[in-house]
Amino acid sequence: MSHDISEENLPESHGDSHGHAVAVHDDPFADPGLPVHEPRRTDIDERAAKRAERQVSLMFVISMLATIGFIASYVIFDIDKIVYIFPLGHVSALNFALGLTLGVALFCIGAGAVHWARTLMSDHEIPAERHPIEADDEVRADVIEQFRTGAAESGFGRRKMIRNTMIGSMALVPLSGVVLLRDLGPMPEQKLNHTGWQVATPQKPLQLINVNTNEPMKPEDVIVGSLTFAKPEGLEEEAEDFQVQIAKDALMLVRIAPDDIKDNESRDKGFEGILAYSKICTHVGCPISLYEQQTHHALCPCHQSTFDLADGARVIFGPAGHPLPQLKITTDEQGFLVATGDFDEPVGPSFWERKR
Amino acid sequence: MKKLSARRRHPLAALVVLLLALATTGGLYAAFAPAEKAQADTSAQSLAIDEGKKLFALGCSSCHGLNGEGGSDGPSLVGVGSAAVDFQVGTGRMPAQQPGAQVPAKKNIYSQAQIDQLAAFVASLGPGPVTPAKEQYTATDADAVAKGGELFRTNCAQCHNFAGQGGALTKGKYAPSLEGVDAKHIYEAMQTGPQNMPSFPDTTMPEEQKKQIVAFVRHTTNDEPNPGGLTLGSLGPVTEGLFGWIFGLGLLIAVAIWVAAHTTKAKKS
Repeated sequence: MSHDISEENLPESHGDSHGHAVAVHDDPFADPGLPVHEPRRTDIDERAAKRAERQVSLMFVISMLATIGFIASYVIFDIDKIVYIFPLGHVSALNFALGLTLGVALFCIGAGAVHWARTLMSDHEIPAERHPIEADDEVRADVIEQFRTGAAESGFGRRKMIRNTMIGSMALVPLSGVVLLRDLGPMPEQKLNHTGWQVATPQKPLQLINVNTNEPMKPEDVIVGSLTFAKPEGLEEEAEDFQVQIAKDALMLVRIAPDDIKDNESRDKGFEGILAYSKICTHVGCPISLYEQQTHHALCPCHQSTFDLADGARVIFGPAGHPLPQLKITTDEQGFLVATGDFDEPVGPSFWERKR
Repeated sequence: MKKLSARRRHPLAALVVLLLALATTGGLYAAFAPAEKAQADTSAQSLAIDEGKKLFALGCSSCHGLNGEGGSDGPSLVGVGSAAVDFQVGTGRMPAQQPGAQVPAKKNIYSQAQIDQLAAFVASLGPGPVTPAKEQYTATDADAVAKGGELFRTNCAQCHNFAGQGGALTKGKYAPSLEGVDAKHIYEAMQTGPQNMPSFPDTTMPEEQKKQIVAFVRHTTNDEPNPGGLTLGSLGPVTEGLFGWIFGLGLLIAVAIWVAAHTTKAKKS
């Protein structure tokens, strides 16, 4: 497009002026100065400048249209309409339209701004000298003098009582912020120490309910190598606080051949090799049930804490602080699996007031 | 007749006669041979067990012992049932390629008939889960996918990911992706608990629920459209974050470099 620019408008040939600052000096470290300013085509050619102006405006207009398209597609497309678009396959028409229009709208604003800055805004190099940060001696002496005078006039150094009480009041003020934190919610009280299993007693045991079938289980239902999830009897999914309760009550039931169980206490808490562990990780409380039936390891997907369920759910890897709590289970008169009490220790992550 | 006799010394005459003779013999045999029903079902079964035993001796006995009793390299197969054989051999996991943390699925080299024979032999060693029939893993109720989704999230998603894409376990083990897995094999895996997967017996997860889970998995991994365009493996925030950092930020950096490196100086050329 060089034919757009008349010869005389072009900058001078700089062949001889290149490095004119250094060529004559013997000093190899001399300041080379700024490179010679070269005007852009838009600086010297009014038509090019007009064209660039139109291009920038065009991009902003495209952005406006894309935004309108975004709003329009939000209205037009049905949320569950699926269309086929070649390289992507079957995609949601709404998602595709929203993503495309918003992307175009944002991209055109950016591209327009960059194009504007590069072609039309002033591009003159402006050197900014670096100065020492400190003020000169005269100013410093003056400030120090003013400070001394102020301190003397306030009597700050002399009247110790005022000084000390002021420091005290300033130190105490932030405490009111700490008190405001109390508004974040009620104290947990005993809620963390007990789960829904606490209502079970040896006289009135609670049945273990299979979460899949909503039925109580007999020991023979749970075979070696199987994994079953259970909740306490009476906790229904329709209950208002179901999610709050199940977050503490959830159990995973595994059956391990009694000879493979390494921890005697754990074996006694189970029933004929059926062990009921809390499903809540003791690190930060993720539900864990990545159970490997041959190694008897349970893995937490969040931070890879690994528990050996054959050895009292001992932590064998990862950040968890203590073993998974185990619920003591037995059977009732009808032969269903039941719990006769709560966990011995709080389930889930540790907290400050916790004993262990 | 003259035509026929004229050609009797033709080089292909012997072949034609031979074919005619074979067809006649075959036809006569088909007509007069003893009927199929003379073979009782039990003998067909024992025949399959016999054939299965031969296949077993050839392909499986070096690890699992000559009679499936197990050895230092493989577990006992007494009581694993025909479903386990159908799954392990049908998905190519058995015979195992090499020992390791987990035996991967690979190309199956046995025909279904051979697998059935092997399964018949292993089932004869002790009672165990039986290979399911098609109606056992084909859900018919309309809301099976929805119900199955709920069951999948409770029982399976922790290892296999919420979209059935699989995930890592400890020490080199992993939960495989369920994409493209046969409905029958999904059902059998739940029934038998292959390798480190726990089993979900009918007593704790009834047949009906297994059907629903199969319906959900097949729907999610095979039939469901992909609303966003790029699934990135449906693995969740890890792949999405990685994609954002590498492709998104990488692209922005590239654009920034391009913007800074290119000037629009008018040069005389």
